[in-house]
Amino acid sequence: MSLSRRKTTFGFAAGAATLAIALAGCGSSSEPTSSNTATAGGGSGDEPVTLTLATFNQFGYSADSEGGADYAYDLIAEYEELHPNVTIVYNVADTSNTARENFFTKLGPGGLADVEAIEVDWLPEAMQYSDMLADLTNADLDGNWLDWKVQAATDADGRLIAYGTDIGPEAICYNVDAFEEAGLPTDPTEVAAAIDGDWSKFFDLGAQYTEATGKGFYEENAAVLQGMIGQLEAPYEDPATDEIVALDNPEVKAVYDELTAASEAGLSAGLQQWGDDWAAGMANGDYAVTLCPAWFLGVIEGNAPEGNWDIANAFPNGGGNWGGSYLTVPASGANVEAATEFAAWLTAPEQQAKAFENVGAFPSSPDAAASDAVQSYTREFFNDAPAGEIYAERAAAVTVSPYKGSHYFQVNDAMVNALRRVDEGTMNAADSWAQFEADVQAIG
Amino acid sequence: MTTTQPQTEASTTPQPPRRRAPLTWRQRLGRWDVKLSPYLYIAPFWIVFAVVGLFPIVYTAFISFQDWDLVRNTGTMTGFDNFAFVLQDREFWLSLRNTFSIFVLSSVPQIIIATFIAAMLDKNIRAKTFWRMGVLLPYVVAPVAVALIFSNMFGDKYGLINGVLGDLGIAPIAWHVDVIPSHFAIATMVNFRWTGYNALILLAAMQAIPRDLYEAAAIDGAGTLRRFFSVTLPQIRPTMIFVIITSTIGGLQIFDEPRMYDTNGQGGSNHQWETITLYLYNMGWVDFDFGRAAAVAWILFIIIVAFGLLNFAVTRRFIAGDAAVKATKVKKVKK
Repeated sequence: MSLSRRKTTFGFAAGAATLAIALAGCGSSSEPTSSNTATAGGGSGDEPVTLTLATFNQFGYSADSEGGADYAYDLIAEYEELHPNVTIVYNVADTSNTARENFFTKLGPGGLADVEAIEVDWLPEAMQYSDMLADLTNADLDGNWLDWKVQAATDADGRLIAYGTDIGPEAICYNVDAFEEAGLPTDPTEVAAAIDGDWSKFFDLGAQYTEATGKGFYEENAAVLQGMIGQLEAPYEDPATDEIVALDNPEVKAVYDELTAASEAGLSAGLQQWGDDWAAGMANGDYAVTLCPAWFLGVIEGNAPEGNWDIANAFPNGGGNWGGSYLTVPASGANVEAATEFAAWLTAPEQQAKAFENVGAFPSSPDAAASDAVQSYTREFFNDAPAGEIYAERAAAVTVSPYKGSHYFQVNDAMVNALRRVDEGTMNAADSWAQFEADVQAIG
Repeated sequence: MTTTQPQTEASTTPQPPRRRAPLTWRQRLGRWDVKLSPYLYIAPFWIVFAVVGLFPIVYTAFISFQDWDLVRNTGTMTGFDNFAFVLQDREFWLSLRNTFSIFVLSSVPQIIIATFIAAMLDKNIRAKTFWRMGVLLPYVVAPVAVALIFSNMFGDKYGLINGVLGDLGIAPIAWHVDVIPSHFAIATMVNFRWTGYNALILLAAMQAIPRDLYEAAAIDGAGTLRRFFSVTLPQIRPTMIFVIITSTIGGLQIFDEPRMYDTNGQGGSNHQWETITLYLYNMGWVDFDFGRAAAVAWILFIIIVAFGLLNFAVTRRFIAGDAAVKATKVKKVKK
């Protein structure tokens, strides 16, 4: 858009300025958004309809467009077969970030696909513009998704603006060899028993590990923060007013204190998640556990191909979710009705189960999670762990969907930075909290 | 501008001097051709510039006074609130500090080394083209690729450089924690990319220096160093000013390198290496506050213009003052 590099300007005539004003005029209202909606064809009608679908990474819909390996199913072709009048154009962005910028740049002026995927990370931002997204509420589809998944995509007026695709229920993955070295139990059920409980039990286990080995137990505080904050109903903002309450919320301070205390005891390896050192550290045994959503299994396999890791069917303090996506239908699209039908079909239990078989995207549908395809799924790398069964159980354990308002990510970023400053040793816990307070006060 | 000489227009048929015959269509076209076509020929540039250069600048100014909603494309006027916020924001001043620190750490050594390399390439060496192309190679590599490679080398724990330091028994440097080391690492990436480019520009200027100046200096007993400082440097002064100004503009807009320096891309937990362009980007694309981002853009614009002018003034004075240039010219004339 407009924030690109600028050049030095010299004295300039009025003619160019007039031109700029003329351009401003066409910039603000160029897309004929409303005129097309009237002609929207019914999804079940017979007139030919072309639907566009835009996702990112790999949703497991079609190997051709997603550049994946062999998928067992091609959902796009399947839908076209079921609906001969529908042609689907499927575009895949390389990263979630690219998709996010595209989504918000075009949401106002128009130009989005008929069905647009959004990630749970930027769902709160999309919720602010829920009036620009079609209302997808449909009583027939009740029970297609987990309650908290639906709740997060329902706006204040009770409109459901997005259908859930996958979720990221969390278990704990651990390095078996490292546990053995520290004299801790190595059998997944025993480890699960040692973790099952509240967070202090998790940190106690970590203290034992760190005492025995002198190494960090988990990668960094910010990674564990994600799990702890995700269990609070309203961590940073007041759901009623959307005001920032992070500084007055004793739960947030408690999480901070618990984490910084653990960090002082050496439990945090201080390796920034996703960094080069973090990836190398996973292979070199610099830390022994990591919070582990279903999609994270591939990350561990990629970073520590020689490692001996396993999955413990437990998560401190119940359940936790990290990541997952939704499908939305922008209200300005030309084929809202047909697009809604298509989105509903893609996120129906049968299709979710197929997407899971294609790329391992864990279904947000309880029926799909209970299906044979998911339940019988095992992961060879993790000593043939029954991953499907474990994650179905972990998904059922998730009860809370934290309120994420319009400032959620700014506050959370400030918190992540506060924890990292302590991990790095740039500041002590008290100073870093003071800085966090100042940072939060500057938001808004 | 509008007056013309009637005599030339109606030269074929003599007319009373006061009355001008109405021009024929053809004549009129001819007149317009002479007067307007130069503007027409430069018009494409100005139209393109107005669309992609001037319009964004003006529009950014418009947005900077509003609480802007990108999606709804609307805003409410807030006057100078955005500017006030930015100027009071600790992050802004930190990023300004980082920008200047990285700029000094990159531009200064970069230009000194580039001048040295250019002087070497200007000598009679074998396989000239090979060496000249060689210095340009880093410039061909995409900045993001450069940043990826260097971030890996500057890893805190498993980086190549800390590995070597460890072998030498030196304590590892916290490249991603401490302020100056992180600036140094980012400046290294910038230098890697731009030194060769600047060297080639300076080389072109050096080659344009008349060789008889060197001969004259040599006859007068000037050694290599003296010839470099008294002939080469004064002679390439205009190019030097150009190189310094462009690297100032570029240096104050460093973005790719700090953005790619860690996976988070936001300039460090304590804003250790967040530059002002990164601050702008975060404000716009992370916080979705385009009004403030636009205000930052304008503040940056003003800083760059001011700094560019200051730089120009200083450079003119210090790179071999006018006296030296005049002296060489006088010498030349005397010959």
